Amino acid sequence: MSQDVVPQGLAQQGVVRGVAEQQLLQSVVEVARQVYSAAATSVFMTDPDTGELIFAAVAGEGEETLIGTRFPAGTGIAGWVAASCQPMIVDDVAESGQFAGDAAASTGFVPSSIMAAPLVAEGECIGVLEVLDRYRAAPPPGRELDDVSMLGLLATQAALALALLRRRAGAPTVPAAGTDALLSRWASRGPTTPVHPLAVTLLQASVSLLESRANGLT
Amino acid sequence: MALDAESPPVLYAPPWRRERPGQFPGLPAWSAPAVVTRNERFDVSPFPEVSRQWAWGGADGGGVRVCVVDSGVDGAHPLVGEVEEAWQVETGAAGQPQVVPCPPRDQAGHGTACAGIIRAVAPRARLSSVRVLTDGKVGSGAALLAGLEYAIEAGFDLINMSLSTTRPEFRLRLAELADRAYFRRCVLVVSAHNLPVQSYPWTFSSVISVASHDEEDPLTFYYNPTPPADFHARGARVLVARPGGGTARSTGNSFAAPHITGIGALILSRHRWLTPFQLKSVLYHCAANVGPGS
Repeated sequence: MSQDVVPQGLAQQGVVRGVAEQQLLQSVVEVARQVYSAAATSVFMTDPDTGELIFAAVAGEGEETLIGTRFPAGTGIAGWVAASCQPMIVDDVAESGQFAGDAAASTGFVPSSIMAAPLVAEGECIGVLEVLDRYRAAPPPGRELDDVSMLGLLATQAALALALLRRRAGAPTVPAAGTDALLSRWASRGPTTPVHPLAVTLLQASVSLLESRANGLT
Repeated sequence: MALDAESPPVLYAPPWRRERPGQFPGLPAWSAPAVVTRNERFDVSPFPEVSRQWAWGGADGGGVRVCVVDSGVDGAHPLVGEVEEAWQVETGAAGQPQVVPCPPRDQAGHGTACAGIIRAVAPRARLSSVRVLTDGKVGSGAALLAGLEYAIEAGFDLINMSLSTTRPEFRLRLAELADRAYFRRCVLVVSAHNLPVQSYPWTFSSVISVASHDEEDPLTFYYNPTPPADFHARGARVLVARPGGGTARSTGNSFAAPHITGIGALILSRHRWLTPFQLKSVLYHCAANVGPGS
């Protein structure tokens, strides 16, 4: 998928907020796919209103078609991971009698193993990172706990990066218009001009806020 | 490893008093318990009469009421067997969560997996289910609180919770419920979180929290000398029931907790009047790295 645009559906739904976020998610799934030599990796984002899971980025099987596809809350392994905040692996799923209920199977690709971890940002599960058929569908036994632990770290890093992007997007990146004029008016006041105590309090608060921003504290 | 009174005291800091590496600034390091840990020697006051044979020899969990607070349970799965009662959390008319009876079903598969593990360990335990995965209208934290409170009030002996919440606003309410359960002799067995995020209720001292080890024996578990995760139980490559009748191999702390729940049911079926703190002590003394023969 091209990384320089946000798929229209995702942008309209507010699932992915901007090109940088889309690039980040695509990077996450590409890295995860490389780490695990997986058939496919994906990030689902959670719709905060409905709890639905929405394919926001895919690498490998389904990357051309799945973006924007929605699944009901609580569906399958990804649904449980989103609800429980617990990472997990399910291997040998193709032998299961009821695999069709899973979001992964609904895509037309039926993996034999699924591994998923929640993206937790500021106390909220905002999505799920999922890996299908790690190690080319033949996971060597004995590595499961390491695999799921590593996926949890990858998911945590992705969630932190998403939170940072969103925080930056919400903060002003340039000084508010008219700041210079306000400062000039204050500086031009004579030393004996009466000052209302409330004005001084507000000015102190303003200066503290500006200084903390300049120091990167907020 | 069990040490008797003659053993010399350890001269280094014991595991539970050591500094933890701070990999994630701002978070307690124990928020990411290692799922694979190396067992080391640590001091133990043994109770040699409390052996695994004493604790659950010949027991089958008969008569012990166990509730799986999860995604629901498929009551038709042969590895799960009878589900006595099933409830789910729904959105009430005023938008509030309410608990209503429902058929034993499971769309996500997670609760069925946990129930099957408990059944395999304690075949005659009386299993019930409270489904806290909702239609999305009620937040997951609110549904969890409502479902958990219902299960505690229903007087179960053990409640398996292979889930947690990261929402700090639910912490106080969850702690109150965990304490209420503790004093009502309702044991909460909770899976530990292995992500570097703050989550609840597995970190509370009033619950039994469980992380994973990598061995195959379902009855082998270890005491964790670096709490807050209390025990490590089987949690890798576990053969679990899938809704609809199939099976899968699953890995995660979610599947370690029901092993301890099942063992707890075995113990309670043999020693009916143990309190939650006694049950945790019996588990401690029967852990593979503490008890006789360790």
